[in-house]
Amino acid sequence: MADTEKSAKEATPSRLVHLKIRRQDAADKPDSKRWEEFKVPYLPNMNVISALQQVQKFPKTTDGKEVAPVCWEAVCLEEVCGACSMVINGRVRQACSALVDQLAPNGEPITIEPMSKFPVVRDLVVDRARMFNDLKRVKAWIDLDGTHELGPGPRESQEQQQERYPLSRCMTCGCCLEACPQVNDSSNFIGPAAINQVRLFNMHPSGAMHKNQRLDALMAEGGVADCGKAQNCVEVCPKEIPLVDSISVVARDTTKRLLFGWLLK
Amino acid sequence: MAAKSTIYSEGGKVRRVVVVGGGLAGLMTVIKLCEAKVPVDLLSLVPVKRSHSVCAQGGINASVNTKGEGDSPQVHLEETAYGGDFLADQPPIKGMAEAAPGIVFMLDRMGVPFNRTPEGLLDFRRFGGTLFHRTAFAGATTGQQLLYALDEQVRRFETMDVTDEHGVAIPGEKLVRKFEFWDFLSAVLDDSGTCVGCVAQDMKTMQIKSFPADAVVLATGGNGIIFGRATLSVICTGTAAASVYQQGACYANGEFIQVHPTAIPGADKLRLISESARGEGGRVWVPKDKKDARHPREIPEKDRDYFLERMYPGYGNLVPRDIASRAIFKTCFHEGRGILNSKTGKNENEVYLDLTHKDESFLRSKLAGILEIYEKFAGTDPYKNPMKVFPAVHYSMGGLWVDYEKDARGSLKTGSPRNHSTNIAGLYAVGESDFAYHGANRLGANSLLSCIYGGMATGPSVATYRKNLEKSALDLPRSIFEKAEKREQEKYEGILKMNQDKSNTENPYRLHQELGDTMLRDCTIERDNKTLDKVLEKITELDERAKNIKCPDDSPRTNQGAQFTRHFQNMLVLARVVAQGARNRDESRGAHYKPAFEKRNDADWMRTTLAMHKGVGKVEYVRQLSYTIGGKSIERTDAVDVSLVAPRERKYEQAGAASAAATGKLPDNKTQDAQKA
Repeated sequence: MADTEKSAKEATPSRLVHLKIRRQDAADKPDSKRWEEFKVPYLPNMNVISALQQVQKFPKTTDGKEVAPVCWEAVCLEEVCGACSMVINGRVRQACSALVDQLAPNGEPITIEPMSKFPVVRDLVVDRARMFNDLKRVKAWIDLDGTHELGPGPRESQEQQQERYPLSRCMTCGCCLEACPQVNDSSNFIGPAAINQVRLFNMHPSGAMHKNQRLDALMAEGGVADCGKAQNCVEVCPKEIPLVDSISVVARDTTKRLLFGWLLK
Repeated sequence: MAAKSTIYSEGGKVRRVVVVGGGLAGLMTVIKLCEAKVPVDLLSLVPVKRSHSVCAQGGINASVNTKGEGDSPQVHLEETAYGGDFLADQPPIKGMAEAAPGIVFMLDRMGVPFNRTPEGLLDFRRFGGTLFHRTAFAGATTGQQLLYALDEQVRRFETMDVTDEHGVAIPGEKLVRKFEFWDFLSAVLDDSGTCVGCVAQDMKTMQIKSFPADAVVLATGGNGIIFGRATLSVICTGTAAASVYQQGACYANGEFIQVHPTAIPGADKLRLISESARGEGGRVWVPKDKKDARHPREIPEKDRDYFLERMYPGYGNLVPRDIASRAIFKTCFHEGRGILNSKTGKNENEVYLDLTHKDESFLRSKLAGILEIYEKFAGTDPYKNPMKVFPAVHYSMGGLWVDYEKDARGSLKTGSPRNHSTNIAGLYAVGESDFAYHGANRLGANSLLSCIYGGMATGPSVATYRKNLEKSALDLPRSIFEKAEKREQEKYEGILKMNQDKSNTENPYRLHQELGDTMLRDCTIERDNKTLDKVLEKITELDERAKNIKCPDDSPRTNQGAQFTRHFQNMLVLARVVAQGARNRDESRGAHYKPAFEKRNDADWMRTTLAMHKGVGKVEYVRQLSYTIGGKSIERTDAVDVSLVAPRERKYEQAGAASAAATGKLPDNKTQDAQKA
């Protein structure tokens, strides 16, 4: 293992990676909002995370000023946990899968900003608590009788599993909310992620037993009707979840419930 | 005498248990506690949905035997004990193997999108160390799907009220309160050394606060980050385990670190390519001629060395991980036969993991998640080109020592307050942060199982412990908690102030890289006593230099620099436990391999390594442990309970060697007749 390490070091040319980072010291200090620039040594197959890790090791701006290392959220570094979402070169995505060679093949500056649709905590860290609260609002779970042994769950066709699995890969990363024009300060729109969860749970035989509760949550203010069909969500979703399909399926179901729901009461 | 109410303290507050960590083990513990109507405070470093369990790829083992191969929990037990090279106590394994089918069915009922057979049943695939199809899976992101299922159930409990003894809801008190972005600092111990809560820090406001609790459960995961880079998430620093170890908790089998055979090398992380790639037919090879510069697709079968199949015809590419990693290491490092880099003319430390002979739609339905990772991070299409991989640190079999109580059948006694208790009463450990179930080497797809089973055992165990308590933590003098808060506050301010006015100070991130480089190079696949002595010297040097760290950040908010400095201090403590344990153990067993002591030595070393902290830089290895729980004094030794599967030498060259009953072949008529007779 030593050798891979060594060859990585040997291969390090004088090439530098130029980062332009949007910083802010705390939520209640909007005045501290500023850009800072860093130049860090290039490593083969480098991603934005390893560039930020270099800043931690040598926290000095291009002006030679010693600063606190940049703060950001990261966990898995393989695009499955959803933590490291940020706006890189104007596009929201995970920093771990943002490769320097693709972003700046000729050493162009890479701009990094926090997501704008969530309150900034510090630097690139934002508060995405609303997304987790929305999962409560739409009851994104199966109402289990208990974890004691009750035998297997309902049988499922391979076809339905292949449809449900991609919907279930949503990592609550926030990219779809960031890209959605309907999610903004003057709207309560819940956003595509939670709507997709409603579709997911309403598809499951046990989940479907509580289908209407979830639809009701999305018929309230800020629900599915607020979607403006810009279709940005599906463009930015790192897991390629068919969010637009999910929205239209759920919209159809809510319409049905609105029109015929009273008949069933 | 037990306290009057299990819900209220004498002072009328709601009594709670603290669970630290929201991966599979923590969440399952929370669910079991909630079902027992025990209110929980759940602390986690990150939103629980982002816990490291999310990275598990391949699947979860359960001997459901849907393929008619004759699999059973007994065979699962035998293969797990054998795969772990007889270092794991066997009663907990028995409990786990027997519970496994029920666990997979429970997850199925929770809505996990497991892959299916044409009949709509759960599909199972093969994994290492067995010849049976025993692993249930959801694509190649099984850990993610399991974590989400448990996360959803816990979220449901977050919306439910605590009820009193008469079933009446208590307004404003939810069954689960989550504290996300909180960093565990230490346990709070009363005068008798019993754990009565913990102190943690809010990583947004940096507030330090104590949580009085009837019991504390650590489900804080592994420690791979002490090796610098690993397949683990950046949060897996082992800081919580290291912290309670310094408070007197015993750390067991620290030297047993699993190195996974197949990962993608990277500057920030070594990304896992799951064993399921081999379970679904992937083959590992290098060119027979080490100077063969052809593109792998142009190298014909006859010029390829499928070395795992050659060396271990019985299990082939699906030998256990310790064996596969050593074989790859030997091929690359000792024989210099890694893949040739035609640019440099050097043989790199890489081998091919090849799936290109499999049908693309088959691969997409079963392995898309990992192949996507390879494509994104390595930049080549694994459906058309063999992947290039090398071993990486992956899992810690060792961890906090935890007790268990055996029932008459030799399994785990459900509901015993000793199950998963550390040697500090009131402090429990579960999941990768404990040492149980896997011995010297973990079999693939047993980790998700041990996390969930561990949670299922810990919940009832804590509930019993709490029921028997004479007094709630809330009724203890407040000064105990204030003292603990003050101690942690001072420590934290110490980190902030340390060396601020000095020049020539150390940067914690750079020191961490030095530690990682040393540990990765000298304390993983092959170990040598002289080199380990140097590793220990290096750790001592880093201990010294760590005193000269200047915290790179002085901010009162989200101070990640101070947090990392604290974690790094704790990493040094655990690194010593790992390295010293490796230095002491003069034998080869499972993941611990010393060429100078090539054989397993049961006479001297079939025993659990028990490490106790004795001040900075000092580890004491003990042969006995004692602690008091529920008024009973418990004495335990380092002897391994091998009462269920007799120890024997591991021989993966032979098919079926891991279990007498296991050949994995569909029974032909003759054997069926023989069985009938």
